[in-house]
Amino acid sequence: MTENPTRLIVGPFNRVEGDLEVRLDVADGAVRAAYVSSPLFRGFERILEGRDPRDALVIAPRICGICSVSQSHAAALALAGLQGIAPTPNGRMATNLMVATENVADHLTHFHVFFMPDFARALYEGRPWFAEVERRFKAARGASVARALATRATLLHVMGLLAGRWPHTLALQPGGVSRSADARDQMRLLATLSAVRAALEEHLFAGPLEEVAALASIAELEAWADGRGGDLSLFLAIADDLGLNLMGRAYDRFLSYGAYPQADERRLYAAGTFARGRPGALDVEAITEDHSFARMEGRERPHPPFEGSTFPDAADEAGYTWCKAPRLAGQPFETGALARQVVDAHPLARDLAAREGASVRARVVGRLLETARTLLAMTNWVRALEPSAPWCAQGDLPVSGRAFGLTEAARGALGHWVVVEKGRIARYQIIAPTTWNFSPRDAAGVPGPLEAALVGAPVRPGETTPVSVQHIVRSFDPCMVCTVH
Amino acid sequence: MSAAPFNMLWLQSGGCGGCTMSLLCAEAPDLFATLASANIRMLWHPTLSEETGAEAVELLERILAGEIVLDALCVEGALLRGPNGTGRFHILAGTGRPMLDWVRELAAVARHVVAVGTCAAYGGVTAAGVNPTDACGLQYDGRQKGGALGADFSARGGLPVINVAGCPTHPNWVTETLMLLSAGLIKGDDLDVYGRPRFYADYLVHHGCPRNEYYEYKASAEKMSDLGCMMEHLGCLGTQAHADCNTRLWNGEGSCTRGGYACINCTAPEFEEPGHAFLETPKIGGIPVGLPTDMPKAWFIALSSLAKAATPERLRRNATADHVLTPPKVRDIKKR
Repeated sequence: MTENPTRLIVGPFNRVEGDLEVRLDVADGAVRAAYVSSPLFRGFERILEGRDPRDALVIAPRICGICSVSQSHAAALALAGLQGIAPTPNGRMATNLMVATENVADHLTHFHVFFMPDFARALYEGRPWFAEVERRFKAARGASVARALATRATLLHVMGLLAGRWPHTLALQPGGVSRSADARDQMRLLATLSAVRAALEEHLFAGPLEEVAALASIAELEAWADGRGGDLSLFLAIADDLGLNLMGRAYDRFLSYGAYPQADERRLYAAGTFARGRPGALDVEAITEDHSFARMEGRERPHPPFEGSTFPDAADEAGYTWCKAPRLAGQPFETGALARQVVDAHPLARDLAAREGASVRARVVGRLLETARTLLAMTNWVRALEPSAPWCAQGDLPVSGRAFGLTEAARGALGHWVVVEKGRIARYQIIAPTTWNFSPRDAAGVPGPLEAALVGAPVRPGETTPVSVQHIVRSFDPCMVCTVH
Repeated sequence: MSAAPFNMLWLQSGGCGGCTMSLLCAEAPDLFATLASANIRMLWHPTLSEETGAEAVELLERILAGEIVLDALCVEGALLRGPNGTGRFHILAGTGRPMLDWVRELAAVARHVVAVGTCAAYGGVTAAGVNPTDACGLQYDGRQKGGALGADFSARGGLPVINVAGCPTHPNWVTETLMLLSAGLIKGDDLDVYGRPRFYADYLVHHGCPRNEYYEYKASAEKMSDLGCMMEHLGCLGTQAHADCNTRLWNGEGSCTRGGYACINCTAPEFEEPGHAFLETPKIGGIPVGLPTDMPKAWFIALSSLAKAATPERLRRNATADHVLTPPKVRDIKKR
């Protein structure tokens, strides 16, 4: 017999960036339906309107303190599009280094500070791995938490040197970067990256980055991790015990705008989609936002971002979030590190997608795999810098025009669409990674990826903030301040 | 017997979380060791704490009931008064109540209230442009006193809101403020006219700027990536901005001007609306509108024209290049 659903409202949902509330209908010990709400609205798209287009480089990064460089990058790319210029080779590689630094730092923050501490909760006392996870990952005091923050702080010295500070730098410019680096700076950057690598190889992976990057299947990953003492192995043991490979699957439709442009126009991580086991090309023109369940005016039609609008409607009773619902060719898509690695055809990521889809485990493994791959690429970019070559190309802004900038933040696909009229920003629309992942339902009633991923999540008797829901939510590494902006 | 801990609660509202992200960059010692050194206990922090949902709400309710002493309420992000004064642009998840209400109630029981970042202090970028959410700071609305708690607010400890302004804050501005509070070492006159701790606000970003020699000779950068002084053309407000960024340094050896871009005076109320493009210096008759702090205009003009006439060729060349073209001459120093 099916019981009538009871309703749980979960919040404040911490150890995610920003504010999140999740409404759950629960019956028979599992989530039947989920409604994801972003309860904070600031209106950055409106704040940007009327300003000098160059001001986007100051305003846009301040959407988010954890994706600040990615927001800068998207704005700089949009401005470069308006100006019809491209960064110098040094500018491109220094920009890659900054975006990569933030992405890797965010992956470390997510795994150690946001995600793992849930397994050190008292309710898991008695599991065979509990004592170890409590020692390493107890919130705000576990040994691995503190060590990861120290490693992250070291890594962010890349930003101190190349970009003045993190977050909120103005170093990323349409034509490159504002600060050159000399041979001494290259040595200093290599020392920083080497220290980060050593820390991760000792504690997180317990093995060389190259070996992690070369893992080609789940079986290889499990064989490689077996018997190692690192935090990745500990996570895999927990995932095995709790069935995290069977939890949190959404639509398995993946989207990546592609990351880290190379000299030959290709990217380190390819752009595209991957759905129903098949890769597809990215069709930017097919992106729209739906306002049906967002507390926003304009519910009658989907909005292509160049024609998008952001007029909050607090009286809207149907809306349950400030988040709009982005769709690609009418479908919800999942984005993030796993999506990037799947779209890039990394064999381990493709094996995860094929065998378990975007599970909690797959998302976390995707992030750690990418951490290893990205860190290896960063060292190559440092070596390839040419101190005496130019760092920043110059261009002029047109009086009117439109352009978009697409990049990949730690959490996935980030796009800025800007329209300039009479030398001022007439329209600025932003679609952030978690806007995709934590979108509400659309006009057809189709839930967003997290809303779909939560259906079936087990709820223990008496739980008011179900721990399985926490694992699933945090496996996306949501950034709520970006989501609504 | 160990003394009672200094209990700190951290809440986030209309901001980006960047001040917390910056705080986690604390080094030598790291954040946890620094807080431990002053016996500061984090009751709850949205980024760091285990408690989620009902557990977190229960903690807030126990503080309001007086069961837990609140020594410092830290608020990051602007307070959102809209729409129509309801505060409903930010509902604290799980409670159905505006964060504005929670902050007002918690501020009333806190010994100290600390605004972390320019948004919480004055409104900041969240209050920029049309200010869609009617955002303001805890005790300021831009330059005007008032804000969410009102001009006359003082916390139970007797101090007004302590405005650790900055966008973002330097990690040590925050930790040092908390350590000084826990030691009872911040008095009213340790705060400047905008409520900022004077230990960092009595300095100017200009102090220690590596471009000082270019400034002295008015050898100016003309475009991004140039090495010269950015005051004349590229919008730099370092000579007017109150902060110790170029002596304290960020993320190792960084600062905005060291990163090759203008100081935009992010510790000041209303920095978000300079009235011109951030990276362009407004001028009248060729003279930058904003003068260096405490400098009479006539002297600035006189010294500038003299300095321009005296600019060494080395600085003139290097100022518009992205790396040093001409190094300083090596001269033997005469012994006397």
